[in-house]
Amino acid sequence: MRTILHVDLNNFYASVECLYRPEIRDKPVIVCGDAESRHGIVLAKNQIAKQAGIKTGDVIWEAKLKCPGLIQLSADFKKYLRFSQMARAIYTDYTDQIESFGIDECWLDVSDSVKLFGDGPVIADTIRQRFKSEIGLTASAGISFNKIFAKLGSDMKKPDATTIITEDNYRDKVWPLPVGELLYVGRSTRQKLNNRGIYTIGDLANRDVHRLRLLLGVWGETLWSFANGLDAAPVRLNGEESIVKSVGNSTTTVRDLISNTDVKLIIYVLAESVAARLRKHGLKCRTVAIHVRDKDLCSFDRQGKLSAPTFVSNDIAEKAMELFAANYRWDKPIRSLGVRGADLVTAAGHVQIDLFEGDNLEAETLERTIDSLRKRFGHYSVQRCAMLLDRQLTGFNPKDDHTIYPVSFFR
Amino acid sequence: MGKVFVHITAEHDTNGIITPTILHWEDGRKWEIEKVFDVRMAASLKAGGQGLRYTCRIAGKQVFLFCDEGKWFIER
Repeated sequence: MRTILHVDLNNFYASVECLYRPEIRDKPVIVCGDAESRHGIVLAKNQIAKQAGIKTGDVIWEAKLKCPGLIQLSADFKKYLRFSQMARAIYTDYTDQIESFGIDECWLDVSDSVKLFGDGPVIADTIRQRFKSEIGLTASAGISFNKIFAKLGSDMKKPDATTIITEDNYRDKVWPLPVGELLYVGRSTRQKLNNRGIYTIGDLANRDVHRLRLLLGVWGETLWSFANGLDAAPVRLNGEESIVKSVGNSTTTVRDLISNTDVKLIIYVLAESVAARLRKHGLKCRTVAIHVRDKDLCSFDRQGKLSAPTFVSNDIAEKAMELFAANYRWDKPIRSLGVRGADLVTAAGHVQIDLFEGDNLEAETLERTIDSLRKRFGHYSVQRCAMLLDRQLTGFNPKDDHTIYPVSFFR
Repeated sequence: MGKVFVHITAEHDTNGIITPTILHWEDGRKWEIEKVFDVRMAASLKAGGQGLRYTCRIAGKQVFLFCDEGKWFIER
């Protein structure tokens, strides 16, 4: 039986800010993105703001309406990264199997350390105590025999608490929860399940696997095994690098996009960054995917195969434009766009040269030349002419500007 | 309660260990750091901050001296 901890730093960004400013600790505080560049949503809030009904993802004015006297701070990612690393340093005292899930959450497999430091709850409480005294933050911990239940546990009691889910009590503790609480049950999956009368995790666990498979495909089986505590995914070793599965960039643009030209500009900027990152890692992609989100925050993803693996920005951008043109009818202006290269292969291998089209060698050499020019003279030294059509829209560099990469459970 | 950043004279030994020796107060007075009892990572809820905390004896009194990425402060 494994002992797995999931530790979640409570209201992470807001807690760090409050630690540094004692005078605002007993006031409602939100940490926001930059409103000028339209990232003005609530990224984190402290407990008092949470009680006022403010949610992560609220727009700033919305949050201010909910809670008068709200204190608004802008995010300082460098500081948060430092605290995240300090938290990690504390985890390493107890185990080498630490897997981050975002900046403020980690899974720890302490199965082999229980003889040294005491059982799961003891380790969890020690870690929480050390967090409080050494870095001044509180955390909630979930302890269970698999990662999924450990994560559920850490969400149950907040802040600064430990929840234990064992093989004996998971039916009482986990099964009554709404099915949407389960990792990877999002809005649309929840809807599908609700339509079939599955409202709680218990309902899901007691369904026939084959029916779930018919309903959701392979996911049906995966979710069923999650609900029954059969998840056997290991906690990755500290520093174990995940194999890159795709390279992507996305952006929320400074203004809504209203025409194909706007979209084309942004796709070029993103495709260039994706292509440059592929080259940097010595990879080529065979599939291009786009992500489109309109101004009402409805979004969709589409992907398509390329005829040959590539790390040339033109190829990626053309494919992305093709996907976009085939799938968007301009009902609404667009708020954010993403371009991703997936299905990666190493760039060094031999290539099958097209009999009629000739090779892509010249384009590849050109891109590498641009890379080296940009390395020496800065990102904006060489640009596509089209970028000058709207400087404000294209004046960002997704490759080097700050980005937080989302991590997947199934890396 | 507040946070006061202070000017520090410190000794760096060959192992990279830093020991503060003299605290320079705002008004120009200097205080010798008589003894360091304990060094550990800690948060300062009083002053609002976090860093390596040196528990020192200065002028016969126990003082927490924090080093936050090279910036030294005390709680007042």
